[in-house]
Amino acid sequence: MQFFVNGGEVDIDFDPRTSLLDLLRERLHLFGPKKGCNQGACGACTVLVDGVRINSCLALAVQYQGREIVTVEGLGVPGALHPLQAAFVEHDGFQCGYCTPGQICSAIGMVSELKQGVPSHVSADVAAESFPLDHDELRERMSGNLCRCGAYNGIVDAIQETFGEAKAESEKSEAA
Amino acid sequence: MPILQDALQAVMKKAIALAPDSFIPGGKPDPLIRHKHGLIGASVNRIDGPLKVSGQATFAAEFPMQNMVYAALKYSTIARGRIVDIDTSAAESALGVVLVMTYRNAPRLKPMPPFMSQPKAAGGDDVPIMQDDQIHWNGQPVALVLAGTQEEADHAQSLIRVTYEAGADGVTSLAKAKANGSEPGLFQGEPLKLEIKDAEAMLAAAPHKVDVRYTTPRHNHNPIELHAATLYWEGDRLRIHDTVQAVAHEAWTLAHVFDIPEEHVRVTSPYVGGGFGSKTLWQHQVLAAAASRLAGRPVRVMLSREGVFRIVGGRTITEQRVAIGAQEDGSFDALIHTGTVAMTPHNNMPEPFILPARSAYASKSFLLDVETVKMNMTANTFMRAPGEAVGTFGLECAIDELAHAMGMDPIELRLKNEPEKDPTTGLPFSQRGVDQAWKDGRERFGWDKRKAPGALRDGDWLVGMGCATGTYPYYRMPGGAARLTLSREGRATVGIAAHEMGMGTSTAQTQIAAERLGLPMEAITFNYADTDLPGIVLAGGSQQTAAIGAAVIAAHHKLVEELLKLAGNDSPLAGLKPDEVGGLDGGLCALEDESRCESYASILSRAQQDKVTVEAEAPMPLELQHWSMHSHSALFCEVRVNTVTGEVRVSRFLGSFDCGRIINAKTAASQFRGGIIMGLGLALMEESQFDERTGRIMNPSLAEYHVPVHLDVPEIDVMWTDEPDPHTPMGARGVGEIGITGVGAAVANAIFNATGKRVRDLPITLDRLL
Ligand code: FES
Ligand code: FES
Repeated sequence: MQFFVNGGEVDIDFDPRTSLLDLLRERLHLFGPKKGCNQGACGACTVLVDGVRINSCLALAVQYQGREIVTVEGLGVPGALHPLQAAFVEHDGFQCGYCTPGQICSAIGMVSELKQGVPSHVSADVAAESFPLDHDELRERMSGNLCRCGAYNGIVDAIQETFGEAKAESEKSEAA
Repeated sequence: MPILQDALQAVMKKAIALAPDSFIPGGKPDPLIRHKHGLIGASVNRIDGPLKVSGQATFAAEFPMQNMVYAALKYSTIARGRIVDIDTSAAESALGVVLVMTYRNAPRLKPMPPFMSQPKAAGGDDVPIMQDDQIHWNGQPVALVLAGTQEEADHAQSLIRVTYEAGADGVTSLAKAKANGSEPGLFQGEPLKLEIKDAEAMLAAAPHKVDVRYTTPRHNHNPIELHAATLYWEGDRLRIHDTVQAVAHEAWTLAHVFDIPEEHVRVTSPYVGGGFGSKTLWQHQVLAAAASRLAGRPVRVMLSREGVFRIVGGRTITEQRVAIGAQEDGSFDALIHTGTVAMTPHNNMPEPFILPARSAYASKSFLLDVETVKMNMTANTFMRAPGEAVGTFGLECAIDELAHAMGMDPIELRLKNEPEKDPTTGLPFSQRGVDQAWKDGRERFGWDKRKAPGALRDGDWLVGMGCATGTYPYYRMPGGAARLTLSREGRATVGIAAHEMGMGTSTAQTQIAAERLGLPMEAITFNYADTDLPGIVLAGGSQQTAAIGAAVIAAHHKLVEELLKLAGNDSPLAGLKPDEVGGLDGGLCALEDESRCESYASILSRAQQDKVTVEAEAPMPLELQHWSMHSHSALFCEVRVNTVTGEVRVSRFLGSFDCGRIINAKTAASQFRGGIIMGLGLALMEESQFDERTGRIMNPSLAEYHVPVHLDVPEIDVMWTDEPDPHTPMGARGVGEIGITGVGAAVANAIFNATGKRVRDLPITLDRLL
């Protein structure tokens, strides 16, 4: 079976009961995606598939052949971090770091959902074309990613700084 | 003999209390307390941050091994009784299965010495581990399967059929446990019982009083990283990559279980995905090691989330009575805090909820008592601020109730009862600034805008404010030791078997070592969480900062001694004693004359040495018996309660802390916030629901055991006095657990102010407000 992971191609055969999470961790030794519950309740296993965030523990690996899979390892590495990863460090958006790869992948998927006009529980107008990255939208949409260390404030700040209005504004003024 | 021993201990205690300060560790302030503008207190990013955000930090279940097999556990479904039959045939013939282990074929193992029974004991319980047909709790492991993949192991485990016979002596209801009788809890060798004068009589005679009952449910730590280990044997040597907050304790205990020398067990645990008291030694590590020995293969064990609820203990249930008698001016005549907690016959952790009442307030009389009863359940254990987290709920709600009844401001009532010395031991405080914390917080939060209960409404929402004191002691346990190596290039390595579970230990200790040695942070390597390193340092009791600090101070003293010897008479430092010099700009300088310096490079080159290595032990923590040492917080909460649904939203929260000197402003703020957020969970949603008919936890998943999520958490404001404690290493007191204390009460008191409804049973779910 053929998979595209973090820009590379892998050919591998395995027990068809294997979840995408176990394939990534146990067979491909990509330990960025974490196992916190194995039942869709914590978000630690979040990865991006064709840009969409999914809980990889709830996904059967065989269904993801030929799709573009990105784990946290594919976003950036120490020395060349993705801006969101760097913002997590700066804002102390983690303590133990176990939920962190899931939070980061989830945030990236979440931001594109906002742009595409996917509504949430707190959206006032569900038919809007897109949604702002405000405090409530952000927190509601990230609520599937649990952090038992309670680094939520730092996570929110890191996401806001990387993708929020403030960021867009400051880029504008820098350009001007 | 115990009587003689007790008498001797009492004499010792008295002698330590009365000894001159200079005889006591911390009697002479750590010189680092004087460093005002250096790395101590700076806001420094975590040194392991880049690894953690890129998925490169290696957790326990992330060490690939050749030939490794995966473990799955099967758990009993009755609480007490015996296994009549266990049919493993289908599991044994299932695809990929390498071993099925039950009590019939498990190797002989000794029970784990339980926590606090011996200095390095780390067992969660002391039940025989898969040695007989006996069942002690609902969820006890009855079989283990090893297979080539996790899927194969999980499937094979499901094929095992067990027949049980229920025992008549099982106790799964609290009422039945109480009917069987209670005993006073024993904690740190002392009974959790204290009487000063006749508190009941003084309560009865007091002009103002409250006398109320509170309950708190079972909790589970639920760190997001599941309990896991990767391990293998080399002959009779066991190597274990674990996620644990007690490496030295684990090695000693496993050595005892397997009857091998302690040095034959090597435990490392560089990253722990959250612990909060739960990442110690439970049956899964022992069973995995036993199975690995039988199968002759490396084993990976990772509990399912359900498995964590079944075999890793949490915080136990408490029933508390708090009664306070007060004079017209609010001063306390009587403070009574008593009640019952559940334990098991196979552990000793009497949730010590009276600890806050022992030192937080002055009172003319005290009656404090924790009674324990025994139930068949997973052995309960330490969870973030054991005792204080739930004890402050009862105590601080009762103070709020009294203040309301007396028409007094609850902050004023608290300050009115500020003690001058420890109210129950009589010891002087090492430092106490709770009044300052209240003053600072009150202003920042806008406390004086608070209205009468039920008076503030915003549409469908009632809005209210509440406050509470949090408190947690300074601890330092015996056994700290550290190794320090300094090289000619001006690089230093600190080694100590301590732990990093996200508290920021490695970053804070790197800052401290750099500041102490006068080197940049980049020149420091901090090695930890490895039994090859010196020290017995439990990551518990918020003691690591102090325990590591004291060990490093001792090692540093020795290092300076060595360096001065090497420097000899040709050095500008000639003639100075170790206490008269300090680290500065890559060398040593005289404290009184900073122009008298020599660099490490120069000292070592002249002595023709590449490096110096020293190792030293921290002194015994006598300071704990010489001073009363406690941190405090003043907590402020604003809630909104929906009048239609009863839903509670926390809209604002401020924690104002007095915890001694803060080492790293960034990571300390995260510790405070993290504790407060776990406290919001305790207040509003967390409960391990226990079926009293069967003794089974009914909600063993993160879908049904609710913890705070992003949307539950507002921006949490934190501030601190930063007043150093003159008698602790670096002037710090530890910040890991204080955050959760008092939060339950601050929320409950805010809900009362919003709605006029007093809820005395946690968690305060919406049904309790309708
Ligand atoms: S591990 Fe997938 S959601 Fe928890
Ligand atoms: S950082 Fe520990 S669970 Fe989020």
